[in-house]
Amino acid sequence: MNKIYLSYNNIVSSLGFDSPTVVHNIHEGLSGVTLIEDENLFPSPFYASVLDTDKLGMAFEKLQPNGDYTRLEKMMILSLTKIIKASGVALTDRVGLILSTTKGNIDTLDPRNPMPSERAYLGTLGHIIKNYFGFTTEPIVLSNACVSGILAISIAKRFISQGTFDKVFIVGGDIVSNFILSGFNSFQAMSPLPCKPYCKQRSGINIGEVAASVLVSKDQKKLVPEAVEILGEASCNDANHISGPSRTGEGLYRSILSAFKEAKVGSRDIDYISAHGTATNFNDEMEAIALNRLGLDTVPLNSLKGYFGHTLGGSGLLETIVGMHSLYHNTLYASKGFTELGVSQPLNIITATTSKDLNCFLKTASGFGGCNTAAVFKKVES
Amino acid sequence: MKAQNLKIKDYCRISNNKVLLNDKLLFEDPTSDFTTFIKLAYKKMDTNYPKFFKMDDLSKLGFLATDILLKPMTQDPEMPKNIALVFSNSASSLQTDRKHQKSITDKENYFPSPAIFVYTLPNICLGEISIKHRLHSENSFFIFNHFNADYLHAYASSLIKTEKADEVLCGWINCDAEDYEAFLYLVSAEGSIAHKKEEIIKLYTTK
Repeated sequence: MNKIYLSYNNIVSSLGFDSPTVVHNIHEGLSGVTLIEDENLFPSPFYASVLDTDKLGMAFEKLQPNGDYTRLEKMMILSLTKIIKASGVALTDRVGLILSTTKGNIDTLDPRNPMPSERAYLGTLGHIIKNYFGFTTEPIVLSNACVSGILAISIAKRFISQGTFDKVFIVGGDIVSNFILSGFNSFQAMSPLPCKPYCKQRSGINIGEVAASVLVSKDQKKLVPEAVEILGEASCNDANHISGPSRTGEGLYRSILSAFKEAKVGSRDIDYISAHGTATNFNDEMEAIALNRLGLDTVPLNSLKGYFGHTLGGSGLLETIVGMHSLYHNTLYASKGFTELGVSQPLNIITATTSKDLNCFLKTASGFGGCNTAAVFKKVES
Repeated sequence: MKAQNLKIKDYCRISNNKVLLNDKLLFEDPTSDFTTFIKLAYKKMDTNYPKFFKMDDLSKLGFLATDILLKPMTQDPEMPKNIALVFSNSASSLQTDRKHQKSITDKENYFPSPAIFVYTLPNICLGEISIKHRLHSENSFFIFNHFNADYLHAYASSLIKTEKADEVLCGWINCDAEDYEAFLYLVSAEGSIAHKKEEIIKLYTTK
């Protein structure tokens, strides 16, 4: 079977509008999570990672767009523009487009939003992105809760292996909206402070917004220096509960095992784990159990939620891109917010950003509906 | 290679207040609204799963169509099945999204509920099905403007070819303001209809 790679990539986030800037800011220990006071979003002040609207508007205007675009469309277009241009890939019928999002333009359901509520159809969002760039294939929109971003990478790989496409552009993203904030708050899942994944003092999630994009390709030529090969991936359901993870981490355990099998690697081959780490009690505990069942408790691990909050449908993609750069720079980035282990099983949380030779990393995610996804990535031998 | 000879084993349609399995009419109630119709269909199918009544319309629709297809196959807990779920629609979870939005728009009448919010993701339906049928399998929920036989065919074939699943339950489950529609088919090594794009379109368009 052909090898498949992740190459050109971009992150549009509160920590910057391109991957090198964002990764540099992570290296510096900066967080995009801040205290927000905006009654249109939430009745009381809350911590979240939100893009500066003026900066986003200015960056988007430079593209000289025709027509009106929503916040998420601007973010996604801005992100994809950079990698389509840099890669020079012609958008033929061999090039696919996958969008990964949980809620898309959900803000347009709010009667105060000037855009029509029809914009909330995810297929419409897909076609707006398709038409902006002139993709010739039908867009594939994936909405699979919080695993969407990483599952989108699996799906791109599978469509390329199957021969449907030679290359796939993925863009993943979600915005901070009153819809999402009110919902997670009704679950009592929101932290009153910046989130602290795996920490004893953790008290829930921060929501964040991001658009991230990557080019998936079987072409080993013209790869960027931080490119990685997708060695294996899998997705397994907990078959246990729709809004809480399995106590035994069953779906995550099976996903990792199955991804390892395809990748032909074992626990000892993994140099770094980019985990989900939402900082809710149940999620972090579940991950610790699943990782211990696989003997992965000593592998250096972080959650990037302390830098970006939980960016929902964009998170898996965003965190995979940071993982690519982590391998390239041979650097383990600190798991921001962590001070003292607060799960029942041992984990090797990265407490300070350190240099280390890295070759292979595991990315995981878990979400509502009992879904879990795992993928193994390896540096490209140059 | 396995994927070359794949078949469509069974298919189920729920639309226009009718429930059909392989074109055989199982239940019909032309006059009732969706809420009443799906409840009557649930009773007629002898589904017996009280959690059904907590689900939103999209999950009820997907759950019932799936149960009709998978019940004969997944009854033995000692024989776990690796059946992937690959669903698609055009309205995502918008019917329930609108309910949640309504509960937060008016600040004087603000009552967001976790029981509603949890269903504001289309893949929750896949979670409900996975729990009932004990499926620790691959789940994907795609959104297309229209039924897309091309992508469903390619994706189901790839899951079986790469041994990520033994069988794939595929199709379209949509609930929107005006209408609802479920069309699911099981891709398997067994069956009499070839797993081809043209056959899928034919089954989907024969209503």
